[in-house]
Amino acid sequence: MRQSPLPSDCAERLAHARIGVAGCGGMGSHVATALARTGVGGIVIVDFDTVDGSNLFRQCYTPSHVGEKKTKALSDILLDIEPDLELEAFDGEITAENACRVFSGCDVVCECLDRPEMKAMLVESLLSVTPGSVVVSCSGMVGFGRSNSISTNKRMSRLYVCGDEESDASEGPGLTAARVMVCAGHVANMAIRLVLGYDKP
Amino acid sequence: MILEVNGEATEVPEGTTAEDLVTLLGHRSDRVAIEIDGRVCPRHARPTTALMPGQHIELVSFVGGG
Repeated sequence: MRQSPLPSDCAERLAHARIGVAGCGGMGSHVATALARTGVGGIVIVDFDTVDGSNLFRQCYTPSHVGEKKTKALSDILLDIEPDLELEAFDGEITAENACRVFSGCDVVCECLDRPEMKAMLVESLLSVTPGSVVVSCSGMVGFGRSNSISTNKRMSRLYVCGDEESDASEGPGLTAARVMVCAGHVANMAIRLVLGYDKP
Repeated sequence: MILEVNGEATEVPEGTTAEDLVTLLGHRSDRVAIEIDGRVCPRHARPTTALMPGQHIELVSFVGGG
């Protein structure tokens, strides 16, 4: 068992936390690994997709994962990082009907889906139905624009949005590992801060 | 009437609904989440939710990528 670099009270709070990660692509795979490395004790990951060769440019998978379900591949990676992790993996699509059940008991849910319609649906479902839930979402991390144009902002009473909120995957350059990881770092850090009792972005 | 939308005073016609506001501001309804005075307004309720002067509205319009 590795030793946490954090003060013991912080490590204790993180060890007892449960954080949801919706989507195991470029954002979600990096968010989940950051959470596991930081010592978050419980993680729920959700995705319906399979690892494809084109994913290797920005997602945390390796060629040996191609063809595997993303939830399986990411589970293996996370349990390699932290064998004691309490991990729940849901292989399926998030819907307005199942979102609250899938993420029940989560202190924070990180919205890492790719389609804007799905992002809006998940945020709305969790915030309108689940009392006390907090969502950290991502919006705008495409291309090789300035790192410093990506920020974390508290946009609603229980919603934080990380990203430049402008660059859209359907326009312009594609997603790149470096800028996606900048944004994933924002999402993971905000989730960790919330668990530790800090609500300022 | 004047609303506060994302921190800025915004003038809209009397009787504007939450759904109307999304359209007025040029957003796609299915890509948006809205909070009115601290409460999320679900999309099914937007067409019948009449906005009132002085309300604080947060409107987040998502872009693709994840």
